[in-house]
Amino acid sequence: MGNVKGPSLGRPVTDDDGRTRFGSERGGSSRVVVGLLVAASLTVITVDAASGDRSPIDPARSAVGNVLGPIESSTATATRPFRETMAYFSSNGDLRDDVARLSAQNSQLRSEVEQTPLDRNRLAELDGLTTTANQTGYALVAARVVGMGPMQSFSRTVTIDAGASSGIRPDMTVLNNDGLVGRVLSTTRTTANVLLILDTDSVVGGRLGSNMEIGFLRGRGVTGNRGRLDLDLVDHSVTPAKGDVVVTWGSQNGVPYVAGIPIGTVESVFSTPRELAKHAVIDPYVDFTSLDVVGVVVPKKTAGDRLVINGLAAKTGGAR
Amino acid sequence: MNLTRTGLVGVVIVIAVIFQVAVFNLFSVNGVVPNLALIVVVAASIARGPQFGATVGFIAGLLLDLAPPADHVAGRWALALVLVAVLAGRVRSDARRSPIAGLATVAVCSFIATSVFALSGVVLGDHALPAGEMMQVVGIALLWDIVCAPLLLPGLMALFERTRSSELAY
Repeated sequence: MGNVKGPSLGRPVTDDDGRTRFGSERGGSSRVVVGLLVAASLTVITVDAASGDRSPIDPARSAVGNVLGPIESSTATATRPFRETMAYFSSNGDLRDDVARLSAQNSQLRSEVEQTPLDRNRLAELDGLTTTANQTGYALVAARVVGMGPMQSFSRTVTIDAGASSGIRPDMTVLNNDGLVGRVLSTTRTTANVLLILDTDSVVGGRLGSNMEIGFLRGRGVTGNRGRLDLDLVDHSVTPAKGDVVVTWGSQNGVPYVAGIPIGTVESVFSTPRELAKHAVIDPYVDFTSLDVVGVVVPKKTAGDRLVINGLAAKTGGAR
Repeated sequence: MNLTRTGLVGVVIVIAVIFQVAVFNLFSVNGVVPNLALIVVVAASIARGPQFGATVGFIAGLLLDLAPPADHVAGRWALALVLVAVLAGRVRSDARRSPIAGLATVAVCSFIATSVFALSGVVLGDHALPAGEMMQVVGIALLWDIVCAPLLLPGLMALFERTRSSELAY
C-alpha cells in the first residue's frame, strides 16, 4: 500500500485477485455477470414500458422516492444560500439586459399610447381575463422546487418539497407568480413530481385571450431561453394574433388543469403548405430555468401539514 | 468491515445521483448537468474491471431511473450505464496509462451513454425529442463530463482501488 496518496494511473493492470490481464481467467464469469445485468436492464424496461399505467415498477419507484425525496429536500435546503448567491450573480447580467430591453420597450410604448383607443377593446378583454384568474380564489399550497431532472433524461420534470402529507394528489395544477408551471404526476409522503408544461408528453388545453378560441398546447421538451410551446387551434380557420395571451381552458373539476391560469403569449404564427391549420408558437410566462417557489392548486377544504392559502389576497387584489 | 466497504460504494452512488438532481441544476446549461453517476461508473470500471463496473452501473442507473423527478421508463439509464461499464472495462489497461486516456474514456462513455439513453427513448416512444435537439444535449453533456472528470476521476479511482471486490459483501 505504498502509493495510497495518488491515483492509480500508470500502475500495471491487476484484476480483483491480483492476477494480471482481466478476461483471461475470470473473463467467463465477468461475461456472465455483465450479460445478466444487461438482461436485467432490458427486463425492467420491458416490464415498465409494457404495463402502462399500473406498472409493477411503481412500488419500487415510490419506495425510492420516499427515501431519496427527503434527502433531496434537505440537500437543496442546505445549498440554498449558495444557490441564492449564484442566482445573484447570474441575474445581474439578466437585469442589465432587462433594463436595456425595457427602456427600448418604453419608448416604443410611448409612441403606441397615441393609438390607445384602437386597442382599448382588446385590453379590456385581456384585463377581464387576468382578473378572473386572480379572482377565482383557488386554494394553494406553497412548495419549493428541490430537484430538477437532468436534461440528459429528456423529460422535463421537477420535484417539489410538499407531498401527500400536505394534501397534494396526482393531477393537480401547479403554478407560480407568473403563470402555469405544470401538473402533479405522482406523490410520495413528503415530495411530489411535477411534469412541466414544456415536456413533450404534456398537453394543455389553452384558450386565446382575444377571441376565446380553444386549442391544445404541446411542449417541445426544451428549457432555457428557447423553451417554447406549440399551439394547435381546434378551429382551423382562426389565425392567432401575435402577442395574444393564452390562458388555460380548464377541465372538469379542475383536473388536471384549472381554468383561467395564464400560460404565455403568442410569439409567432406559421403554417405549412400541407395543412390548413395555423400553428402558433407560445412563449411561456414562467421562467423554467429559475423555478423556485410554486403553488399547488388544492381543494379549499384541504387539511395537511402545510398552510393552505385560500386566495383572499388575490381577491382583494382583484377587487380594485 | 465488508459491509462498511459496500456501504461506502453505495453512499458514493447515492451522493452522485442526489447531487445531479438537487445541486447541479444550479449550473445547468439548457438543463444539462454533469452526469456524476456516469463518472462514478467509469471510475469503478477502470479501477476494478467490467464486472464490478457493470454492477455499480446497474445500481446507479436504476437509482437514476427511480429517484424522484424521473418519469421515464425505468431501466433505461441502467442499460446505458451497464453498457458503458463494459466498454470502460474493456479499455481499462489503456485508460490507466495516462490521465488523458482516462479523460478520453469518460468522453467516449458520456457520448455513448447519453446516446443509448436517447435511442432507447426513440425506440420506446418515451420522451423523444427531435434528433437535432438530442444531439445538442449529447454534446453539452459530453463537455460537462469532460470538465468534471479530471476533478473526480482520480479520487474515485483511488477509492475503488482500495475497496477490493473480494471484500465486498454482495
